[in-house]
Amino acid sequence: MGTIGLVLLAVVVIAFLWVIGSYNGLVRLRNQLENAWAQIDVQLKRRHDLIPNLVETVKGYAAHERGTLEAVTQARNAAMNAKSVADRAQAENVLTGALKSLFAVAEAYPELKANQNFLALQEELTSTENKVAFSRQFYNDTVMTYNTRIEVFPTNVFASMFGFGRRDFFEVKDEAEREAPKVTF
Amino acid sequence: MWEQIRANQFRSAALIVVMAAVLGLIGYGVGTLFSGQDGAVLGLGVALTVWGVLMIVYGNGAESILLNHATARELQRDDSPRLFNIVDEMRLASGLEFMPRIFLIDASMPNAFAVGHTPQTSAIAVTTGLMYRLDRDELEGVIGHEIAHLKNRDTQFLMLAAVMLGSIVILSEIAKQMLWLGGRGRSRNESRNGDGNAQALFAVLGIVLAILGPLMAQLLYFACSRKREFLADACSAQYTRYPEGLASALEKISQSPVGLEFASQATAPMFIVSPLYVGREEPNSVFSSHPSTAERIRVLRAMESGSSLTDYEAAYHRAKGGALIGSQSLQKAAAQPIRPPSNEGPITTSREIRQTVCRANGYMTVKCDCGLEMNLPERFPDNDIRCIRCGKVLELPTVQQRDAQAQAAQKKTVEAATGAPPLLYTRRTQGWESVRCACGRTLQIGPGFVAPYFKCPSCGRVIEINNLQRSA
Repeated sequence: MGTIGLVLLAVVVIAFLWVIGSYNGLVRLRNQLENAWAQIDVQLKRRHDLIPNLVETVKGYAAHERGTLEAVTQARNAAMNAKSVADRAQAENVLTGALKSLFAVAEAYPELKANQNFLALQEELTSTENKVAFSRQFYNDTVMTYNTRIEVFPTNVFASMFGFGRRDFFEVKDEAEREAPKVTF
Repeated sequence: MWEQIRANQFRSAALIVVMAAVLGLIGYGVGTLFSGQDGAVLGLGVALTVWGVLMIVYGNGAESILLNHATARELQRDDSPRLFNIVDEMRLASGLEFMPRIFLIDASMPNAFAVGHTPQTSAIAVTTGLMYRLDRDELEGVIGHEIAHLKNRDTQFLMLAAVMLGSIVILSEIAKQMLWLGGRGRSRNESRNGDGNAQALFAVLGIVLAILGPLMAQLLYFACSRKREFLADACSAQYTRYPEGLASALEKISQSPVGLEFASQATAPMFIVSPLYVGREEPNSVFSSHPSTAERIRVLRAMESGSSLTDYEAAYHRAKGGALIGSQSLQKAAAQPIRPPSNEGPITTSREIRQTVCRANGYMTVKCDCGLEMNLPERFPDNDIRCIRCGKVLELPTVQQRDAQAQAAQKKTVEAATGAPPLLYTRRTQGWESVRCACGRTLQIGPGFVAPYFKCPSCGRVIEINNLQRSA
């Protein structure tokens, strides 16, 4: 083989190695994406698990706020039973709204607000809401990176060949949720 | 910043290779000077031994040494759930694969650092001053910065660099001592094979590196750490979506009137703001471990349009000039709006954090009816104490020997496990409680503790807990 043959061989080998590297990068990114999605699930489930305890604690001090408590329990059951992604997003939004009104109602009961258990649960639930928001944020960031990666020139040539499709962002449809919660008197 | 991680791993490897070469050259060169070929090999051996010993220290618990030196105490989730929640939130926002351990340092200067070269050894430490002075947004910014260091593997790289720096310094000290004491009249065995020129070259190179090596290594080390501070700021702004949080945190930290006594030149780069230059502006020279805090605040506050990496890059260019982040990372950064402030105050008061520190150090809290709270050290000899305010005698809560007739089934299993009669403690409140085991060790039980029994960490006896019925 002449010099040209060797050069061509080198080019082919380098191209091959580059394809392998890119493919592995895409696989890693896709796995990160799925993991981020699963994290959102974990946080939502944690929220579901914390709610019964909260309802029991509030019942002990504010027994005649039955309407609010029932709304929370119903919203929780609906969220746990929802199946499709759109349904789940909707149900979780409803649950967030129900929790907000429950905490607003609890403001009127000073004994409840002083209860250690209630305070701990309130902190846990607020933190879980934040964690859902951050997991969603990370998921969307990763989707952005992934989509860009499969669409820029050299990589898009083989991306669809290997089954790397575009992913959707996890959008917040409910406008009310985008605002910071304001408590007014 | 996926590229940053890959780049850091590559740089770590490259750093090891380069510094090992420098070390080897110093050893070889200075050795040649003394006894020709044999001396060169001996010198090389010495260099590699120094490096090997330091690498072993690095691999096996350099973090524990650093944390102990900083008098940091590990915290559990119960000790400060809000702090753990903030760290958790930042972990999710950054996509870090593991949860670092959290430590508390009892110091009034607000500061924080991150260490760790593997997920198991990774840790974040905060001072008590940070906990009660910053509000939630600011604390989130600081924690985001530390998590960014862990995510970008800066901690790994900087620790390796510190080890390298250390070995070069040690070796050059050895070389200088030998040069000073040994003199140059001992090169008897040189030019056996007519290699005199090469040996002389190595000798000169060795001496030059021995003198300049520490200097060069220091410059490299501090340059790396400065750049990484900006990058961690950028990542923190991206994770929190609120750059003003970190900016006002940096402001508060830099206004602290006291520093940290245990910090030194070597450990300073790990902190978020240098703990050495307090009350006066840090000279922004090539030897500074951190970029000037005022500059960092300026860049963060210049980010008006968004909180992504591209916005940080633009702000960096406007406020300081020059480029920071590689174009590949910028390509992938999305447009990210800045969120509104959360307006939550400090996550703990200075009183609460004092309690947390006492608990973490093994003190037990005794409350008197007159309202006074006393903290007693572990293994306090008496079982009661007089209140220093009202004079009332208070009994210290101890575990009781269990009645032999009560609950035979449970007693059997417990005795089978430990071979000693079981102990019992009845909880009195829903909050934190201190208990004394029969061996004298004080233990703290938090409000979140719901298990029916636990083991004393000192003597291993099983202690049953009679939990109160939780109200409602």
